[in-house]
Order: sequence, then structure tokens, then C-alpha cells
Amino acid sequence: MKILVAVKRVVDYNVKVRVKADNSGVDLANVKMSMNPFCEIAVEEAVRLKEKGVATEIIAVSVGPTAAQEQLRTALALGADRAILVESTEDLSSLSIAKLLKAVVDKEQPQLVILGKQAIDSDNNQTGQMLAALSGYGQGTFASAVVVEGDRVKVTREIDGGAQTVDLKLPAIVTTDLRLNEPRYASLPNIMKAKKKPMETLKPEELGVSTASTLKTVKVEAPAARSAGIMVKSVDELVDKLKNEAKVI
Amino acid sequence: MTILVIAEHNNAELNAATLNTVAAATAIGGDIELLVAGEGCSAVAEAAAKVAGVTKVLLADNAAYAHQLPENISLLIAEIGKGHSHILASASTNGKNYLPRVAALLDVDQISEIIAVESADTFKRPIYAGNAIATVQSSASVKVITVRSTGFDAVSAEGGSASVENVSSAQDAGTSSFVSEELAKSDRPELAGAKIVVSGGRGMQNGENFEMLYKLADKIGAAVGASRAAVDAGFVPNDMQVGQTGKIVAPNLYIAVGISGAIQHLAGMKDSKVIVAINKDEDAPIFQVADYGLTADLFEAVPELESKI
Ligand SMILES: Cc1cc2nc3c(=O)[nH]c(=O)nc-3n(C[C@H](O)[C@H](O)[C@H](O)COP(=O)(O)OP(=O)(O)OC[C@H]3O[C@@H](n4cnc5c(N)ncnc54)[C@H](O)[C@@H]3O)c2cc1C
Ligand SMILES: Nc1ncnc2c1ncn2[C@@H]1O[C@H](COP(=O)(O)O)[C@@H](O)[C@H]1O
Repeated sequence: MKILVAVKRVVDYNVKVRVKADNSGVDLANVKMSMNPFCEIAVEEAVRLKEKGVATEIIAVSVGPTAAQEQLRTALALGADRAILVESTEDLSSLSIAKLLKAVVDKEQPQLVILGKQAIDSDNNQTGQMLAALSGYGQGTFASAVVVEGDRVKVTREIDGGAQTVDLKLPAIVTTDLRLNEPRYASLPNIMKAKKKPMETLKPEELGVSTASTLKTVKVEAPAARSAGIMVKSVDELVDKLKNEAKVI
Repeated sequence: MTILVIAEHNNAELNAATLNTVAAATAIGGDIELLVAGEGCSAVAEAAAKVAGVTKVLLADNAAYAHQLPENISLLIAEIGKGHSHILASASTNGKNYLPRVAALLDVDQISEIIAVESADTFKRPIYAGNAIATVQSSASVKVITVRSTGFDAVSAEGGSASVENVSSAQDAGTSSFVSEELAKSDRPELAGAKIVVSGGRGMQNGENFEMLYKLADKIGAAVGASRAAVDAGFVPNDMQVGQTGKIVAPNLYIAVGISGAIQHLAGMKDSKVIVAINKDEDAPIFQVADYGLTADLFEAVPELESKI
């Protein structure tokens, strides 16, 4: 079966972003960009399903600027077979991304689509669920285990109170949580091989998708700073402060 | 303007987070309808009818909604919600699961995890692990929103006298079924609503050492949380993770023990009123957000704190 994996180019998770002085957004000039960590987990899961003989082909897809080819090459180096870049320089909403991915799903007809649960830039946590709704597919979000059995998939999910397992008809959508797997690193030979793997570029117009949005970002501000705290010298002093100064105990 | 709020519950009890979501709806202004969808959940509907500010409770009691399967419940919410001005749900793992589906079915964008209401169409929400706060305006006919509980003070669970109306619709998409659930049982307060939270990180070294934190927590009525590193290492279960991609907490007192203070962890706790950090590394970033920092070996400091507090 074919698996489609959605990968997003985002600011690296180690970077502490700063808000621009004109409050129009965050400053991403000269900042390290990487594959969204949850998408790395998604690629890894697809590769493992291929290694187990469940999947036959893995297609990595990204929506973003030309530079997102870097993250697609990484996916290819990790084991994806080919890549599709839907090229757009706009800051698209999750609904628009989901519509573009739906158009790719219609073209490629994968049995399973794996996405990250959340992009660490927008912190939206929406795209997989929206793609599932647009496709009419079942969804296993925040997955910590994925087991394909014939034409169905069992997904164990991390939920507020613990864990839940659901059974979905294929094709289906899965979004990854942190404990699903530990992604591998790409080896140098595989990075070299990835350069020769096919990468197709499409435009939103070619997919017949309108990316108009109902959302407008009015401004972006830095969060309120916490006032400076103090270092205490002993547990006694800590207990005293908590009881008599902060009065929280 | 009529706002539809989706109740968070387990078929037996109304989850307290619903009161924060109703508070967000109250800040928007308008009539508030509370949808209770589940199976055998009439007690929840009765509780929902008493929530302050709620005008009407809609009860959809059907096997299709028993486990809040998103494929089914999103069809129900989209059907009921399309005539409403706003649809709100808690940013719980349930709300996050079904609400984006509702938005897609209604062909509108969703606004995730708002922490403030500026006006009926403008909201504030954190992005980049809380390192920036975006103000977003929506022109959607129906505004579909998840609400971060820590952003809104709960409305009273009592004082309302809404009518309860049955909804007969039974939407079963037929694409998914529930298999099983493993829910953590604890006598301690729930992380999300606790007044005090004690969290442990990789510095705890193993699961057994968390007993130290449980003892401290029980003495001061606290919930216990953890960093991702502690969860990944298997010291504690996943539902204890606090952070950007775990639970968001804002208690009166947060005690971080053996946690370095990565931005992803700070994202989940830095709105706590008072933060205490215990770490043996005086340069640990957690001290930058702590009101009271103690440089010490946690294996000495925590038992001492437990005995003296
Ligand atoms: C996509 C993504 C999402 C993430 N989401 C989250 C999230 O939601 N929540 C989260 O917490 N993290 C999250 N992380 C992980 C985060 O980046 C950090 O790796 C994690 O928070 C580190 O956990 P820690 O502080 O327990 O461990 P460490 O960083 O290893 O820190 C351990 C600390 O313990 C101290 N210590 C050790 N021994 C002792 C002792 N005997 N006494 C006192 N102090 C001691 C050390 O000095 C050190 O500061 C995420 C990461 C990614 C990439
Ligand atoms: N521009 C994009 N290109 C490809 N995949 C994306 C894009 N945006 C979001 N996704 C996928 O959707 C997941 C969740 O993103 P979000 O809903 O924005 O938090 C990501 O982890 C990706 O798998």
C-alpha cells in the first residue's frame, strides 16, 4: 500500500524566536529551519511500515516555499521514495493546507496518510483532522502505536486521561505523538541517494484549490515577561517565602 | 448571536474545563447553548443546565457518540452549529480531535487555543510555544474555536436554570470504532485544574523516585506532572506531560524538580502564579522563570521540603 507523509518546514525547535519590532510577526531571517519534529516521527513510522512489508511506496509532500525542498530531501534520505512540493510562498491556514493535501490524496490515492499532530510554529493541531473530514476518512490522532491489519488500522492514542485505542477503516489519517517512535538519522550514503530520487513541483492553481482564508493576523506581540525572581539559600528560606511572602501554602 | 459550546464530559460528569469554555463564550457575549453529546449522559445534561450563563442545553444521547469518536460527533456538531455565530470547545485532547473536523465540514478556518477574547471576532492565541502571542481576526460565518482553560476563569457551576432539549440526530460515519481505553486512576487532583502542581524531570532518574514527589504532593494537595524527558524515559505515563505538546497548567504554585526548563516545557507552565525551581545546576534556564530558585540536589531538598512544609 501507498503511504503519504506530510512534512512541514518550520523554525528549528531549539530556536527561541523573537517578535519583530513592528509586531507584524516573528523574525525568521537567518534562523535555522528544520523539518517539524512531529513530521520526522511521521516519516519514521512510514519507513518502519515499509520495512515491515506493510507499505510499498512512501510519498513525502510539503506545502511551502522552494526552500522546503530541503525538508523533502531529508524525508527522501530517511526512506521516502519520492516527493511532491506544492509551492507557495503564502502563509497558508491549516484549512488551505488540508485542501491542498486532499487534492494530492485524490491524485495519489494512498491508503494511509501520516501527519504530525502539531506544527511547532503555528501550534495549530488542525491539519490532519481537517484532511480527514475533507476526505471522509477516519482519523487516529496523537498516535503512540499504529498497527495495520488487512484493510483496517488500529491506532493507540495519547489522550488527557491516558490512552485510547480506535479501529479505523482504510484509507485513514494518522497524526503522530512524541512516543510513537524515535526517528533515525539519515546516513551519508542515503543523503547522497536522496539527491537522485524524484521530486515533483506543483502549484496550488494546478490542483484547483483556492487558498483564500477567513483569518487575518492583526498583530504579533511578545508574551508578558515574568518579573525577576530570587535565589533562596535553603529549604527553610523557601518554606518561609512560600508561607509568608507568596502566601501560596 | 448564539454560541454553541461543546461540553467536555465522560458520560457521568461534566468536566470542569467546560466552565472555562463557557467563560470564553460569556466574554464573547450572546446566548449560550451547551451541547452534551454522549451515551447515557443525562446526568451531565442536568449538571450542564445549572451552569451560570447557559441558556439552553442540547442533549444528544446516542451510542454513536459514546466515546466522542470525531468522525461521528463532528457531523452532529456541524449540523447543529451551522446556524450559530460561534462554536467553542475546550482545547482538550477531545476538542482538538473533533473540532478541526467541524471547521473543515463547515469550510471555515479554526482558531486554536485562544487565551483571550478581544471582541466577537478577534482573539489572542499563543504561537511558537508561547514565545509570541498572535491577535487574529476571523471573518468566518461561524467562528470555530478551541479554548485554553488557563486563559479564562471558570464560571460558576451553579445558578443557571437552562432547559434541556433532546436532539434525536444519530450520526454514524461508519469509518471508526472504539476498541479500548486505559485511564490513569489517581486520588490526586487533576493536573489541568490543580491549585498546586509538583513536576519532576529527567533529574528524578527513575519512576520509583517519583514517590518522593507524590509524598510531597499529597502533603500540600498538589497534582503531579512531568517533563517530556521523564515521560519518554518511562518514569511516568504520558498524561502527566506538561508543555507545548502536553498539558497546559497555570496553578497558584508550580514546583519544578530536576527540570532544566526547555522552551517546550516552559510553554506549559510559565503562566503559573508562583514558580519554584529545584535544580542542582545553577545555570539551568528554569531559574529564569522561577520566583524562587533553589540550587540543590533534589534527593536532599525534596525530602527536607516535604518534612518542613
Ligand atoms: C516537538 C517537541 C515537543 C516537546 N514538547 C515538550 C513538552 O510538551 N513538555 C516538555 O517538558 N518537553 C517537551 N519537549 C522536550 C524539551 O525540549 C526538553 O527536552 C525536555 O523538556 C527536557 O526535560 P528535562 O528538563 O526533564 O530534562 P533535562 O533537560 O535533561 O534536564 C534535567 C535537569 O535535571 C537536573 N538534575 C539532574 N540531577 C539532579 C539532582 N540530583 N538534583 C537536582 N537537579 C538535578 C539537571 O541539572 C537538569 O537541569 C519537546 C521537544 C520537542 C522537540
Ligand atoms: N505546509 C505544510 N506542508 C506539509 N504538511 C503540513 C503543512 N502544514 C501542516 N502540515 C502537516 O500537518 C501537521 C499539523 O500541522 P498543524 O495543523 O499546522 O499544527 C504537520 O505536522 C504536518 O504533518
